Amino acid sequence: MIQDHLDIILNHLDIILIAIVTASACALPGVFLVLRRMTLMSDAISHAILPGIVLAFFLTHNISSPLLILAATATGVLTVVFVELLQKTKLVKEDAAIGLTFPALFSIGVILISRYAGNMHLDTDAVLLGELAHAPLNILKIYGYELGPVSIYVMGGMLVLNLAFILIFYKELKLATFDASLAATLGFAPTLIHYGLMTLVSMTTVGAFDAVGSILVVALIAGPPATAYLMTDSLARMLILSVVIGCVNAVSGYLLAYVFDVSIAGTIATMTFLVFGLIFMIVPNRGLIAIARRHIRQKWEFAQTMLVIHLFNHEGLPEAHEESEIEHLHEHLQWEPTFATRVVKQALNNRYVSQEATQLMLTDRGRSIAQRALVQ
Amino acid sequence: MQTHETNAIQVTDLTVAYRETPVLWDIDLDVPPGVLLAIVGPNGAGKTTLIKAILGLVRPAAGNVLIYNKPYDAQRRIVGYVPQRGSVDWDFPTNVLDVVMMGRYGALGWIKRPGKHDRELAMHALEKVGMEKYTNRQISQLSGGQQQRVFLARALVQDAIVYLMDEPFQGVDATTERAIVTLLQELRANGKTVVVVHHDLQTVTDYFDWVTLLNIRRIASGPVDDTFTPDNLRETYGGRVAFMKNR
Repeated sequence: MIQDHLDIILNHLDIILIAIVTASACALPGVFLVLRRMTLMSDAISHAILPGIVLAFFLTHNISSPLLILAATATGVLTVVFVELLQKTKLVKEDAAIGLTFPALFSIGVILISRYAGNMHLDTDAVLLGELAHAPLNILKIYGYELGPVSIYVMGGMLVLNLAFILIFYKELKLATFDASLAATLGFAPTLIHYGLMTLVSMTTVGAFDAVGSILVVALIAGPPATAYLMTDSLARMLILSVVIGCVNAVSGYLLAYVFDVSIAGTIATMTFLVFGLIFMIVPNRGLIAIARRHIRQKWEFAQTMLVIHLFNHEGLPEAHEESEIEHLHEHLQWEPTFATRVVKQALNNRYVSQEATQLMLTDRGRSIAQRALVQ
Repeated sequence: MQTHETNAIQVTDLTVAYRETPVLWDIDLDVPPGVLLAIVGPNGAGKTTLIKAILGLVRPAAGNVLIYNKPYDAQRRIVGYVPQRGSVDWDFPTNVLDVVMMGRYGALGWIKRPGKHDRELAMHALEKVGMEKYTNRQISQLSGGQQQRVFLARALVQDAIVYLMDEPFQGVDATTERAIVTLLQELRANGKTVVVVHHDLQTVTDYFDWVTLLNIRRIASGPVDDTFTPDNLRETYGGRVAFMKNR
């Protein structure tokens, strides 16, 4: 009995670990895809690798053969090449080129499966959505020893590979992403870096696809970097944040799926969107809430400036008495009375003006604000 | 021209075409060392393409480019490049100092990371362009003129001998324009060769000592005094340079 419970927990740890490793491995190259405005390419790759997997499966009859990964990676890179060739003709734009290429390749895979492999493990549902819950069942065995789920090794390997590539070529990746022509003139072969990155994206996608399906792969690649992009101005921090956010999405998504007993891929993708939405709202300076608050603050500040300029223009003149009468301000400025009352209150609080009987008088502070505003 | 002397840049019979449409037709261009040269011509004249062809960024259909008698590949380290400001994404997550340090990447080569020395050089270059106060500023928060200064600083840390700049005056304020001109003239005074794609015909004689008039073909090239003539301009722009009549 106790053993059963332990097994369940351990199984969960397996799944959570797979989710974390997969999310991290996807988020790293995802950062560069987001910055290169190429996230749709990951969508294309994740679908277009299907014929590569199917063909390699026909050759090996083994779903966990390394040849599958190789063939699928090659198909992924081929997708990038096709898209770029189409684009170079200048007859088709990038988005259309992607939209043409990957359904063509994907459908070849679908046709091959339905014609020749109807009764085997490769079914299209699993391809699209994956099944994280099944990932730990595929145990790596060497000489009869059980070494844990295959997925952990595959995605762990991809994580190490991606991390190593980014750490070693950090400077080159940054330059080629920010300014490809300077990279080329300095001799850093941006095309080579581009295809290196695309190869890694393909391999990561292939590795992740068995565990989480092609739709979730895109969520893991695009979501966390797009979220991190809102939060920082530094590439290094964006990389770290992407990994952290990817892990948060994966773990919280898994827990959600467990509680509500629904598709894990679905909940992780949902969490990816929710976390992005939350950050999009609350992030300081550029989040929606910050922008709205800034607009409101600017509106009131501007109104106070108008008020002090009004007082300043009439200061010391015969009509000053009439123009600075608090009760009549809204008529002179053509403001709503309630709005005028609020602006006056704020200006008094800020000591831009002082009240003397029924008159508003400029303070030194208010006068200098008016002068500064008029000079600009 | 001065064939006896080694030219800083020597372009011979250069033709660049997109498909079968020539963008540059059989260009011959000798740029002697130590000149400040403006490339002028109407829109679509191939000014940017000429600079990119010199840098090996576009493949010519015919012809040859030499920098101090050697092909570009052998001379990367002595050529500094300032691309058009609009050619990069200024929302990229990085700061001013980091962008300037990119100019050091060529000297560093593959894999090696920039260190303290590179940081000092970058700081020095930022001082030269008056941007030392903006070291840690996120690049998306810069004005157009400040972005241009950052790009210039990035070229300065390359410590090149030949500089190629694509419209450094594009969309900058008057203060920045004066600062850039001073900087370019300082580079020339130090014996550097500076080639600038330029748009404002009014300032050519004030800013530059050499000029190349380009409109797919090379119309004329040489010292401003002999070359920047109404006849040559008319040939370049096709009679659309009314203001030149007053000269």
